[in-house]
Amino acid sequence: MSEYLLEMKDITKTFPGVKALDTVNLQVKRGEIHALIGENGAGKSTLMNVLSGVYPYGTYTGDIVFEDKVCEFRAISDSENVGIGLIHQELALIPQLTVGENIFLRNEQVQGGFIDWDKTHQKAEMLLKKVGLKTDTRTIVRELSVGQQQLVEIAKILSRDIKLLILDEPTASLNEEESNNLLDLLLELKKEGMTCILISHKLKEVTKVSDTITVIRDGSVIETLDKDTDDISEDNIIRGMVGRQLTDRYPKREPKIGDVLFSIEHWNVYHPLVTDKKIIDDVSFHVKKGEILGLSGLMGAGRTELAMSIFGKAYGCNISGKIFKNGKEIHVNNVRQAIQNGIAYTTEDRKNGGLNLTGDIVQNTTIAGIEKLTKKHMIDHNAEITVTEDYCKQLNVKTPSVFQKCINLSGGNQQKVVLSKWIFTNPDLLILDEPTRGIDVGAKYEIYTIMNRLADEGKAVIFISSEMPELLGMCDRLYVVNEGRIAGELSGEEISQEAIMKCIMQSNREAV
Amino acid sequence: MDSFKKLVKNNLRQYFMLFALIILMIIFQIATGGVLFRPMNITNLVLQNAYVFILAVGMMLLLINGGNIDMSVGSVLAFISAILGIMLIQNHTPMWLAIVVALLLGLGIGAWQGFWVGYYRMPGFLVTLAGQLIFRGLTTRVLDGTTLAPFDKDFQYISAGFVPDLFKFTGSGVNITAYLVGILITVLLIVMQIRKRAQQAKYTSNVLSTPLFTAKLVLIAAAVMLLSYFFAAYEGIPVIFIIIVVLVVGYSIFSAKTVPGRYIYAMGGNERAAKLSGINTNKVLCLCYINMGVLTAVAAIASASRANSASPLIGVGYDLDAISSCFIGGASMYGGAGTVVGAIIGALFMGVLNNGMIIMGIGTDIQQVVKGLVLIFAVAFDIYSKSRAKAK
Repeated sequence: MSEYLLEMKDITKTFPGVKALDTVNLQVKRGEIHALIGENGAGKSTLMNVLSGVYPYGTYTGDIVFEDKVCEFRAISDSENVGIGLIHQELALIPQLTVGENIFLRNEQVQGGFIDWDKTHQKAEMLLKKVGLKTDTRTIVRELSVGQQQLVEIAKILSRDIKLLILDEPTASLNEEESNNLLDLLLELKKEGMTCILISHKLKEVTKVSDTITVIRDGSVIETLDKDTDDISEDNIIRGMVGRQLTDRYPKREPKIGDVLFSIEHWNVYHPLVTDKKIIDDVSFHVKKGEILGLSGLMGAGRTELAMSIFGKAYGCNISGKIFKNGKEIHVNNVRQAIQNGIAYTTEDRKNGGLNLTGDIVQNTTIAGIEKLTKKHMIDHNAEITVTEDYCKQLNVKTPSVFQKCINLSGGNQQKVVLSKWIFTNPDLLILDEPTRGIDVGAKYEIYTIMNRLADEGKAVIFISSEMPELLGMCDRLYVVNEGRIAGELSGEEISQEAIMKCIMQSNREAV
Repeated sequence: MDSFKKLVKNNLRQYFMLFALIILMIIFQIATGGVLFRPMNITNLVLQNAYVFILAVGMMLLLINGGNIDMSVGSVLAFISAILGIMLIQNHTPMWLAIVVALLLGLGIGAWQGFWVGYYRMPGFLVTLAGQLIFRGLTTRVLDGTTLAPFDKDFQYISAGFVPDLFKFTGSGVNITAYLVGILITVLLIVMQIRKRAQQAKYTSNVLSTPLFTAKLVLIAAAVMLLSYFFAAYEGIPVIFIIIVVLVVGYSIFSAKTVPGRYIYAMGGNERAAKLSGINTNKVLCLCYINMGVLTAVAAIASASRANSASPLIGVGYDLDAISSCFIGGASMYGGAGTVVGAIIGALFMGVLNNGMIIMGIGTDIQQVVKGLVLIFAVAFDIYSKSRAKAK
């Protein structure tokens, strides 16, 4: 029996247009907590999806050796059967079912063809005790907090005979107390002999609990650090994660900033369904011509909600506040009016909200400004093609023809089509919500170049991103959003990761 | 030959049903001992299926716009026929007025259903299932369970009439009008095809090679002239055929070349993206149901005129005829795909299948089984070809 529970050897996985993993080697010892860290899009989740069979055997190259046996997982159930349990970032519980039902979903405790509910709840109770969750097993999952739901997920995994537990960003949406509880639980499980892979962005957590740290960048393993023998200070880890010089990743630009173009005053937005829940609380800000303005904040801070509520009230209800353009108040009550007033918004989720994937590039490029292309109520198809070809050239969309369906384009090219669509409406203000999410480094650089060009043309660009280095590299000025409020404003040299985090911390303290 | 192979491969899905239709016609031509292609039978095929063609056009737009279906068209058609019967047969309302009232009634019913689906966001299936009950009930109520008949000659003319031969005075015994119209349309189509190709050539090198293009033109010309021959050899061009052609051409242009048409496809492809592109999706969805209502009224006029009566039982199963025609013709359950011409090909396929089996004396029991199987395989083929396109 080798000292490694799991070895992944020379794993390579490509998606159309992107090499997500490049000859990755990962070795996990028995009974350790092994952290896997890297920037967004570095390939951590892809690697875990390969391991758990989400990407079946044959769609990647390389070997997975688990307990000294080479494995070929064709489905998630295959990896579960040998004892690998993966908890995804997005929780996979069924909100309408009880805790006990969820824990034994697909693993029902059957007696003579019928489910034995007493046994189910009895066993579930034992598992809940193990993960330290004090709640009745007959509670409906919907009524639990996210942190509690996370514990239910772990209980669910533990209900099987699991040898390797993988957690993908388990603390992403937890508060500090919940996070600490979860980390303590991991240490507890380790004592009982469980092996664990922890994927996380939060370096503090990682250095606190892990025995080994593997750093992944751009689909390759950069280094594997041992707690006892290597330097696992945060600085050293960050160097590995980021690697190359930060300045090289962003195209240079001399900002030529003009007058205030748009200003928002006393903006309040309530949740569209829970109408007494305030999502945006008295937000005021402005953006100038030729400026790239960042909106920073943690997940769920309200950046997207703020942007979409400004974009023709596409989000929220009972919206109050004023929007001024060039000093004059404008009324923007629907998306059409937003477009007419020169506002464009690209969604963070281009597949669900940005593109008609079954449509071709032409249809997607022109849809928001189609009225400009009509002659006597008929769409001038030839003009439409000319316009699209022009944008494809300008933005360097790599495609055999403009009649290609968007579903066949890579993420970066899809994003460029979304940008084409909005540039075609000739906006004064572009709000770009996570425009570089899930696209490769080269395409990111191109998107940054486009953003710079738009700003240089005198347009205002609002850049929403969860990747701080990106904001640091691109923005002239930046607002920190926290819990639906503006927690701080930073400009020029002031913008730094520490300053942003400080704003968030301060705002949290004030809220208490 | 290589380019031909590529052509077939690239357009297999697009032209598959057309090929299948032609093969089906040839099989039935042989199996029925030549009855299928008799001029009288071809004319009958058009007259019998007029309502399906009209309904399928409206249903296709609903399906493109996000896989919506209208389960109520049969009942709505019966209700409007009943009102037509009451107006024309009982009250001797002028025909033009009755037709206007029928169309407005269709519009109103469409708006009623469109409101619930488009603005209240109830599933279309549910709203129209309720509509099926409501309007069937209303039909029986206004007719008091009886059948009204017959209509005036003028009204019957819509579905049973033929365009008179303007050249009858020559005494040639041949319907010259039908041939002339055929030649005219052939020339028109050929000119349009040539112009389209010339424009395409400006933007893409991927146009049909000259021999293939010539072959396509010959096929189009042959099809149109064959049809004119069938009409000429029987009674001439049916009036209802002209109405259908106008609808098909009009709606094809509408869906492919106008802004609202584009919105329907965009919304079917991704409703959220459409909404965030400034499209009033509620309104588009509602308008598609209103359009269905108006076309149902047109179909009601055609049906009542052909049946020469208004009965409480007319229109049962028409909804399913229209829906299956659309799916056979390339509509997608999820929206965003399909064409008006596809719906017509689907309707023709079902029509020929029906007609051929009847001539062969196959019982209605077996007919239903065959039609059901055809529907399953057509949709299965659609899903299969899509999953293969994705795998590439």
